[in-house]
Amino acid sequence: MSTIAPEKYKENASKGIADPVLQKALGGLQDRLGPATEKLYNSQPEGHDMRPRAHQFRRKAIDNLDVLLSTLADKVRGHGGIVHFAKTAEEAVEICKKIALENDVKTVVKGKSMVTEEVGLNLALEKEGIEVYETDLGEYILQLSGEGPTHIVAPAIHKTRREIAELFTEKLGTPYTEDPPTLTRYARKALREKFLKADMGISGCNLACAETGHIVTVSNEGNIRMSTTLPKIHVAFMGMERIVANLEEQQSILRLMSMGAAAQEIGGYVSYVGGPAQADHSDGPQEFHLIIIDNGRSKILADPEFREMLCCIRCGACLNVCPVYGKIGGQAYGSPYCGPVGAVVTPLLFGINTSADLCAGETLCGACKQACPLEINLPRMLLALRSKLSDGDPDWQVQPKSKGENLLFSGWQRLNNNRKIYDTLLDLMRMLQHLLPAKQGMITRLPWPFSGWTANRNMKKLAPKTFMQQWKETKEKKDS
Amino acid sequence: MNKPEKVTLFIQCLVDTVFPETGAAMVTVLERLGLKLDCPSNQTCCGQPAFNAGHQREARAAAVKFLDIFEDAEVIVCPSGSCVNMVRNHYLELFADDPKMLVRAQAVSMKIYEFTEFLVDVLGVESVGARFPHKVTYHASCHLNRFLGVDRQPRTLLAHIDDMTLIEMKDADTCCGFGGTFAVKYSEISGAVLEEKVQNIVDSGAEVVTGCDMGCLMNIQGMLSRKNIPIEVKHIAQLLAEK
Ligand code: SF4
Repeated sequence: MSTIAPEKYKENASKGIADPVLQKALGGLQDRLGPATEKLYNSQPEGHDMRPRAHQFRRKAIDNLDVLLSTLADKVRGHGGIVHFAKTAEEAVEICKKIALENDVKTVVKGKSMVTEEVGLNLALEKEGIEVYETDLGEYILQLSGEGPTHIVAPAIHKTRREIAELFTEKLGTPYTEDPPTLTRYARKALREKFLKADMGISGCNLACAETGHIVTVSNEGNIRMSTTLPKIHVAFMGMERIVANLEEQQSILRLMSMGAAAQEIGGYVSYVGGPAQADHSDGPQEFHLIIIDNGRSKILADPEFREMLCCIRCGACLNVCPVYGKIGGQAYGSPYCGPVGAVVTPLLFGINTSADLCAGETLCGACKQACPLEINLPRMLLALRSKLSDGDPDWQVQPKSKGENLLFSGWQRLNNNRKIYDTLLDLMRMLQHLLPAKQGMITRLPWPFSGWTANRNMKKLAPKTFMQQWKETKEKKDS
Repeated sequence: MNKPEKVTLFIQCLVDTVFPETGAAMVTVLERLGLKLDCPSNQTCCGQPAFNAGHQREARAAAVKFLDIFEDAEVIVCPSGSCVNMVRNHYLELFADDPKMLVRAQAVSMKIYEFTEFLVDVLGVESVGARFPHKVTYHASCHLNRFLGVDRQPRTLLAHIDDMTLIEMKDADTCCGFGGTFAVKYSEISGAVLEEKVQNIVDSGAEVVTGCDMGCLMNIQGMLSRKNIPIEVKHIAQLLAEK
């Protein structure tokens, strides 16, 4: 279960960097998935157009969200499903709780869903005495160990075989083994019992289709399909942005999502759910509820600078190439949404000031944008967030982050604007730098506010003469 | 574009103040190609550090000054990909709501080039007749490679340096962890990213690491020096100026 604590970014990043097991896991993941995904993008029959076009599909859906959502709701109702709109996390949780209590639900099985993490569903249901089981293997491991996810798609990659073996022995009482197939069998057996006794299945929604009125879930373990067909009630949670207009667009985006998430052409199990089991269906739930959640998304929709973020399909491709994520891991972000996508989405959903370190703590290298199946411009939005943090923004309830930094930069600007003062200051610094500890022309310790630099690297001294001085002198020589 | 009458130099502030030898090397290369050069000596920083840290007002002030100084130039050449990205792409964002300034920014945006891009794409030069008998590895800076799409150009120029062995390091196009003020404010994270870059450079077995941006190279040099690793750091202009 993840708590929202983005303000601990630096502290948690430190822990991640110091954890050799995590470092190895992240390195392996990025080496494997980053290049493999890129290779797949480059081998699609649609050619290089595929991603910009998919971006347009998503953008069009976001721009017409009201129409698409009401079409979806009508169609789902037409199939016998029940549609709820929830403004806030609390409302969404309440709706689900009510359905559970009315139906005397005792056991819930869940397919992996980030939006239920976002709204804090598990805890709320457990408080009502309902047993909740994650059925995605990675999520199940984390539920047993009580940890937050390290990756959007592969939440438990930081766990070693040994840790999982010990965890299973302790929590499931199974004989100790480090053999992955055996461990998977143990989990499968434990989960199978839950599936059979569950009276409610909860899933997310990878992408809904307005035209046909169904949601799609994608998994590689088949667990979501089982969670949504065995129990008598299926409740699907859907962020209100997860929709496209028609089947053709949906198909193209689902393929891209699978490439981004796991370097697959398409996920192992793609399930289309439009409502409860029909009379001629041999299986499926008797009741189907779709909870469409706003929880801050309307605000993002209303801001032209951030609207693009609603195109995101949470595939995690940006994590698999991010140099910063690759060092600090997912838990550092203090949110169910980690990595580059989390650095933009977490501030927008949970508050920009509390997530200030998420906004500023990246290099802006652009690898995320390049890897994103929808080419979402995350660096641009990080810059926009940073700008809000320096100036403040009443619309987003942002307070200026640091008066000190603002002063530094306005001082910098005055200097920068006048070459004479600039040169005078350089002269001064050139004199002062001799007081700093140095080795072979390299400064080994800089004073505040630059001390961070020399925590782990040296800094070359200012040159005796600037290039401009040298240029002027050569020119004068030539002219004379 | 034909060979320009005169090239105006935009010298990245780091090159101006810390690495003037990089600027001098660029001058050598351009003069050898018979170009006339000009360098406005009142230029300062393009505003990128302020922009990346979210201080748009200050970045805009720097941009106005830049446009005042450079807009009459025929063509502007700069030895840094990220500074060119700032002027070419971000100035347009900074002035998106100011039509008069936007026109000026657009005009400058069209005539500014990163050094290797200028040599290969504008002048059509592939070999500058340089010779550098060493093992070299190339770091592909992020802004240059991803935001300007310049990668083939420096690699072409490097491939034509006589007697030089170019060794590809692992993940040459992965960030070095610099990121402007990020390196200072998030020094531990920055250091961790840099650590991997430095390891890849060492593993390549090269004697020299080169690139097109002194920001990244200063960062790399900083850790090589801290770890006493005797690998030299040189801007590509310095290699191209060698005979
Ligand atoms: S930003 Fe792009 S790559 Fe990252 S999770 Fe969203 S869709 Fe995937």
